[in-house]
Amino acid sequence: MTRQTGTGAMKWRCLKQQVFFGVVRLSALILAAALGGLIFYIVINGFRVLSWDFLTLAPTDSMTKGGIMPAILGTLYLTLGAIGVALPLGVAAAVYLTEYAQQGKIVRAIRVGVNCLAGVPSVVFGLFGLGFFVVFLKFGSSILAGALTLGILILPTIIGAAEEALKGVPQTFREASLALGVSKWLTIWKIVLPNALPGILTGSILGIGRAAGETAPIMFTAAAFFTARLPGSIFDEVMALPYHVYVLATAGTHIEETRPIQYGTVLVLVALVLGIDLIAIIIRGYMRRKKRW
Amino acid sequence: MTRYQKEIVIKNVFFVFSLISILILGMIVVFLFREGMPIFREVSLRDFLFGMEWYPTYSPPSYGIWPLIVGSLIVTALSSLLAVPLGVLSAVYISEIAPTAIKEVLKTIIELLAGLPSVVLGFFGMVIAAPWLQETFDLPTGLNIVNASVILAVMAVPTISSISEDALYAVPGEFKEASYALGATKFETIARIIVPAALSGISTAVILGMARAIGETMVVLMVAGGAAAIPESIFDSVRPMPASIAAEMGEAPFRSGHYHALFATGIVLFLMTLAFNLIADYISQKFKETGSATL
Repeated sequence: MTRQTGTGAMKWRCLKQQVFFGVVRLSALILAAALGGLIFYIVINGFRVLSWDFLTLAPTDSMTKGGIMPAILGTLYLTLGAIGVALPLGVAAAVYLTEYAQQGKIVRAIRVGVNCLAGVPSVVFGLFGLGFFVVFLKFGSSILAGALTLGILILPTIIGAAEEALKGVPQTFREASLALGVSKWLTIWKIVLPNALPGILTGSILGIGRAAGETAPIMFTAAAFFTARLPGSIFDEVMALPYHVYVLATAGTHIEETRPIQYGTVLVLVALVLGIDLIAIIIRGYMRRKKRW
Repeated sequence: MTRYQKEIVIKNVFFVFSLISILILGMIVVFLFREGMPIFREVSLRDFLFGMEWYPTYSPPSYGIWPLIVGSLIVTALSSLLAVPLGVLSAVYISEIAPTAIKEVLKTIIELLAGLPSVVLGFFGMVIAAPWLQETFDLPTGLNIVNASVILAVMAVPTISSISEDALYAVPGEFKEASYALGATKFETIARIIVPAALSGISTAVILGMARAIGETMVVLMVAGGAAAIPESIFDSVRPMPASIAAEMGEAPFRSGHYHALFATGIVLFLMTLAFNLIADYISQKFKETGSATL
């Protein structure tokens, strides 16, 4: 009798496990399906619009025809500017945190600061960019203001990635260099940073992807609905892919008419951002396998 | 300058750079307050936060952001109902159950989901989800709380999943082994040993995921419908704080009451997410696993 309840209980326990595993697998499947479905849908609808002209011409006939070249170019300028700002600052901060800092209150405060900065909503970065770069520093709505805003937005990403890369360099490398009488700074410059470079690059690429896809931070700091000519200086407004999607899909009188252009722009944006992310992920995987230490 | 002095200088230069995040946080506070505080000459803090009417362009205007706060809270709460189970369960699958190959693929998928531009998800919600909801449930509009919450959940899941997975991964192997040795099944080990041991990390993940959802702008701007009123059902439109800021800043005359009110809304939003982040940080520090012996 007891034996029977024993096997019964065992069966029950196994059944519970099966059900649980099923639920857990399902949740993973939902995520995969969500990404897959989304990409499939975007490709199917956007592919028809895609052509050489679409990528290389400016919009015409009050945005209902023509291409998206100025928006592609604008996104390029903004993201390159953003990474140009965030990379040196982020790597320098990470070098201090991993190489110099002693564990203590200040370092703790810096870490909380980085975490909190990472959690600031993108629209608040937009407000800050408007209040500081556009109004206070009088940059106006411009590539400069937008790039700086995006730069501080991706700063925590860069700091995090650089820290991880620096921590990944074995302690013995540093000790060997220091034992040869090399100064701390030269050890960092000649030994630690070169070995951490691939990891830092991967993080930067992910940062570029993030900056390229953001809309809210550039709405009030850089983006224009339409510019008659390409930007001539860093103080000009630009068109940008994410903002172009938003504006065409929500504002104006031709929302239905420009639907194909919207799909095309979404496809270009997604291909750009996910392409960048995927490159970073592949490089990272390759590095992990190839690592000599 | 001796070599030693040079080293000290270099160290201090790096120290200054490392302060930049705190410096920027401080400047965000300064400039939000500089542009936002003047609104409180027109309206009291109490009336601003709890005022039921958001009519910034009427004359006289009324600047009550309570409907916007409620909008933000509702979409965040509803989206976490979906995102928390999905995120935590997928993390359990990745860290405890999935074979290595599937694990790698899933981690990539989650990273790509995290990388999807929010405007693309918002666009998807407008063009696909909204018409479908409208037809299926016979609604006046498909741009509503449900739609925004589902799309927001997609944005919050990667955060919840990846941080939870780190926490699960960090649970010492001996815990599992001890549990198996006592005859527990894999499910029992996960449910009673691993998840409880990782609970502080999972809580951090959930809070950060919610912070992500409450601060997300483009999705609620494009999909939530934009009605600045207290909703009566989950199929009503709302106007969460980020949506209001993003939609109206372009039209608000420079340094008008409306402009200041939007910055003040930004302050509220900023303080809310800051609180979320500090709580998450506190939990992850306080319950930090320092080794198997501490439990």
